[in-house]
Amino acid sequence: MDLNPLSRVSETEWHLEPRGSMRVPGVLFADEPLLRGMDEKVLDQIANVATLPGIVKASFAMPDAHWGYGFPIGGVGAFDAEQGGVVSAGGVGFDISCGVRTMLTGLTREELDPIKPKLADALFHKVPAGVGSTGHVRLNPAQLDEMLAGGARWAVQQGYGVPDDLDRIENRGCMAGADPAQVSGHAKQRQEEEMGTLGSGNHYLEVQEVREIFDPKTAAAYGLREGGIVISIHCGSRGLGHQVATDYSKKMVSAAASYGIPLPDRELACAPIRSPVGEAYLGAMRAAINCALANRQILTHLVRQALNTVRKGLDAPLLYDVSHNTCRLENHVVDGRKSKLFVHRKGATCALGPGHPDVAPALRDVGQPVLIGGTMGTASYILAGTPESAGLAFASACHGAGRQMSRTQATKQWQGRQVIDELAGRGILIRTRSYRGVAEEAPGAYKDVSTVVEATHAAGLARKVAKLVPLVCVKG
Amino acid sequence: MIEKRWEHYPHPADVGVRGIGATKSDAFEQVSLALTAVVANPETIEALEPLEVTCEAENDEMLLVEWLNRLVYEMSTRRMLFSRFDIYVGDKLLKARIWGEAIDPEKHQPAVEVKAVTYHDLAVKQSPGGEWLAQCVLDV
Repeated sequence: MDLNPLSRVSETEWHLEPRGSMRVPGVLFADEPLLRGMDEKVLDQIANVATLPGIVKASFAMPDAHWGYGFPIGGVGAFDAEQGGVVSAGGVGFDISCGVRTMLTGLTREELDPIKPKLADALFHKVPAGVGSTGHVRLNPAQLDEMLAGGARWAVQQGYGVPDDLDRIENRGCMAGADPAQVSGHAKQRQEEEMGTLGSGNHYLEVQEVREIFDPKTAAAYGLREGGIVISIHCGSRGLGHQVATDYSKKMVSAAASYGIPLPDRELACAPIRSPVGEAYLGAMRAAINCALANRQILTHLVRQALNTVRKGLDAPLLYDVSHNTCRLENHVVDGRKSKLFVHRKGATCALGPGHPDVAPALRDVGQPVLIGGTMGTASYILAGTPESAGLAFASACHGAGRQMSRTQATKQWQGRQVIDELAGRGILIRTRSYRGVAEEAPGAYKDVSTVVEATHAAGLARKVAKLVPLVCVKG
Repeated sequence: MIEKRWEHYPHPADVGVRGIGATKSDAFEQVSLALTAVVANPETIEALEPLEVTCEAENDEMLLVEWLNRLVYEMSTRRMLFSRFDIYVGDKLLKARIWGEAIDPEKHQPAVEVKAVTYHDLAVKQSPGGEWLAQCVLDV
């Protein structure tokens, strides 16, 4: 990216002053090398988002920002309904409520080593993964609507997990305001056989070791210790969420035109928050968030069953569950004034600081866990919300590594079998049904997540707590 | 003589699909194969079970998005992959007969699901040489 249009505010904060029809400035959080490596289009997209009606304060980019549909991935934008603000399906993304969840096993690396292959097999056997896989949970139309209204809370009521899990999920496991009636028949059909499935592509289930602790006090509050074993799941709202995004992207193209909202790019399609299409999308999108939360809750239950086949009596409590493709109504203070804002985070994680009332009581003193996914060969990170985060980008942080190479290029460069053997040599066991899928997801196809995490920490968006390295990865 | 063909073109996060042919219908048929090839090698998929689909949209470009999204939906809900496409594109209307089989992970080695068809790089057009092209970027 050419840095000339930007003014540097600090080592990690850069501003793009309003130009053309931008209503607010653009703000990018990244160090100079990350920013130079970002594609030029991120800046155009940040500027485009800044032109949308009702945007408040600024159009933000996180350190892992890259080109996305309409909004960049790693983009954050807050809109005020009182000021004619809009909601955009492209501002949330196609995989609504895609996110990361981490469980604590209580095991140490030494305890895991002898049972690692057995656990890898048990997880692979228990958790449906990959294209065309089907889940064991089938819902009739009435049950599906209950799931869409209830999220992880519904799943716990059905016996998938325990009530304590809900304290460790954003919005206590249930997004309010979901309206299953706004989810199309096609979207519901796509979910019929997909409850409790991991999906494919960059979705994964990993057994990880806590390799390094950066903040001992927070790590202790999170139940993390060096050499401890955790299990993380990365997946989203499956076919239902994809279809909701597809359906409403189309409706919003017409809606934007009918409300006279000029779109610099068709993918920015949006509708006023207070309009029939805007309200319908919010109802459907919240239902899709609940679908993702219920799905990850069912997967958690399956993971616990798999764990118990190799080690009886492990209850594997949740550390936390975060979503990184959402739009939520939140309270923020802007220019000294309290406002209710619709905050779009697309490839960005909410990062609530210490003392925030929405953080589970047991974690409130240290701030919300921010779970950052990596690749099957590198590392993932656990961060925590900071006191200053609310004043930076509406309490948002990065979400992951982001690709540096297309899938086509990756399959030319690597073969799945070779990637699996190489990782096995480093003690990382991969379980998959598709070698081609592994080649496309080869660690080298992704950017270095640690530089993104360093910039996030330096910018004060979130602070480093622990580094995790993979030991087992089930790939979709 | 215009040779029917499809191709993928690189895109930083996802993948672009393109179909080329002597007619609009051929280009749609080829881009359907390109979409299938994102998921699995079409040569591994046997054209066993037929399916008929009709789509409508206000113009050619929206028709392409509508059709490919419908294909994604049929693949997802039927848990099938399709390898033979007989497509007719008329005025604001598409009629397709397609053939495929149930997904078999061992046989097809499917790499990734297509989450959605996007409006990015969307084009249905004829070149001065007469060749038709249909393309867009997929979210995977």
